[in-house]
Amino acid sequence: MNITEKILAKASDKKVVSPGDIVDTNVDVLMTHDLTGPLAVESFKKIGAEKVWDSQKIVIILDHQIPAESIKAAELHKTMRQFAKEQKIRVYDVGRGGICHQVMPDQGHVTPGTVIVGSDSHTCTYGAFGAFSTGIGSTEAAAVMTTGKIWFKVPQTIKINVNGSFAKYVTPKDLILNVIGKLGVDGAIYKSVEFAGLTIHEMSIAGRMTICNMAVEMGAKNGIIEPDNITKQYLQNKIKNMPDFLTLQSDIDAQYEQIIEFDVSKMEPQIACPSSVDNVKPISEINEIPIDQAFIGSCTNGRLEDLRLAAQILKGKKIKDGVRALIIPASQEIYKQALIEGLTEIFTDAGAIVCGSACGPCLGGHIGLLAAGETCISTSNRNFIGRMGSTQANVYLSSPAVVAASAVTGKITDPTNLEVKQ
Amino acid sequence: MESKICASTIKFGNNIDTDVILPGKYLILVDPYELGKHALESLDTEFVNKAKDGVILIGGKNFGCGSSREQAPIALKYAGVKCVIAETFARIFYRNAINIGLPVIECPTISETIKTGDELSVDLETGKIQNLTNNKMVQGTILPPFVMEILTDGGLIENLRKRLNKK
Repeated sequence: MNITEKILAKASDKKVVSPGDIVDTNVDVLMTHDLTGPLAVESFKKIGAEKVWDSQKIVIILDHQIPAESIKAAELHKTMRQFAKEQKIRVYDVGRGGICHQVMPDQGHVTPGTVIVGSDSHTCTYGAFGAFSTGIGSTEAAAVMTTGKIWFKVPQTIKINVNGSFAKYVTPKDLILNVIGKLGVDGAIYKSVEFAGLTIHEMSIAGRMTICNMAVEMGAKNGIIEPDNITKQYLQNKIKNMPDFLTLQSDIDAQYEQIIEFDVSKMEPQIACPSSVDNVKPISEINEIPIDQAFIGSCTNGRLEDLRLAAQILKGKKIKDGVRALIIPASQEIYKQALIEGLTEIFTDAGAIVCGSACGPCLGGHIGLLAAGETCISTSNRNFIGRMGSTQANVYLSSPAVVAASAVTGKITDPTNLEVKQ
Repeated sequence: MESKICASTIKFGNNIDTDVILPGKYLILVDPYELGKHALESLDTEFVNKAKDGVILIGGKNFGCGSSREQAPIALKYAGVKCVIAETFARIFYRNAINIGLPVIECPTISETIKTGDELSVDLETGKIQNLTNNKMVQGTILPPFVMEILTDGGLIENLRKRLNKK
């Protein structure tokens, strides 16, 4: 079996599972947030259950519309706080956490080999730690709150082997955009995607999170990476019980629907053009596209490593007149680290606005929205029509390095070219 | 829920994402009818008027991709969509639709055989999709019995209530 099959077999008390089997799976952790959580609470009450199955295994994180920008959002937050209090569930409130997918692993809610579901499609991020994690809807979250179980069809698995070393300013984000460009937005529909190879196992946790985060953008049920020493180092002071990683390796004779090879050595920065995440081009094929907004943040690319890379490019420079740059750390902890390391000062001096940790403009619900005819270069994960505001706005997706360089020049720019010009 | 659905169709293309089905700015709304007023408005400002008397939505590949927002199928259901038939569905949308009692059927040949305005008769039990406009029949995927039961119960809430009461 491969790692996904092993986790699903164990969680459904079976020795062996195969693609196509329907399994009733025990859930280790359920995560919900302020936009999908209230509907889950309403469904939970309609089901008629009084107590959740295990209050220790449920996590509530307010991150989408924070701080509340409207009375309606404030009411949703109130609903979640009240429910958490009634059910004795841990809640990460405004200023105490940040984006759910960063808070979950950093606060010890993600253990390799476990089954984690969340009412957010980017729940697949925790595959970076060797967990089986996937997004579900609100009513399904309510059912999990009630029973602690969920059904899954064991997916076919695509293995993506990655080798080679990244060139300067080419990042894991460029790799995953390249993969999605090749496979398409439905290239892994209903399937599991296992990322393997030397490049993946030399990659930081931040990079692995970026990659697994976007597995859903090609339709995948989950993205996953076998846990290794880098995983262990990252999690060792965060989780109580470190599992035996030997039980979480894909067998040598594990079955894959496809095995696809990628080499990053000659890869350029990649750009996903409007309005589909698979509309990906290398930056050399992008003509000078003027931008109005540059956004660095989200569950895809708001980590310390991303902010450091952006600061390296923005240090001593100014954001181009007419362009606004938004920087939103993925968690309050990262926000604090950015302050300590002087990154916030670099951003502020450059003329960028640094906001408290939240999902921000990524989903067009809160701050930093786009007007008709405007263009944004963003480190987030979706460029759908209307995703970040007006349906007449254009969103390009890239790495933090490209966003930072573009903020300086006012048009989509390869950071390497910015260096040459100086 | 009745296992037979009759209505005319509105057809869309591939990769209809949940942001166009229901933009993120409306996720703070809680009334399902309010959500329904904004269904698919980014693609067709007249959709809600066209759908209000009941329609069957036809999609291409990867219908409902993107966010896990259950508000997307809720908006469709309360706008008047009786059933969605697509070549393939994004998995979270697919589960959400069933869980809120909105029938979904996979049919790989649906886009090539149906056009907007065709009158269909859909049998959820057998997966048979009868085009009453040209009298042709296409076969959709049949749901596994336990999934069909969730749908016939009216959604996961009712299904779970029933199961919990039995215990």
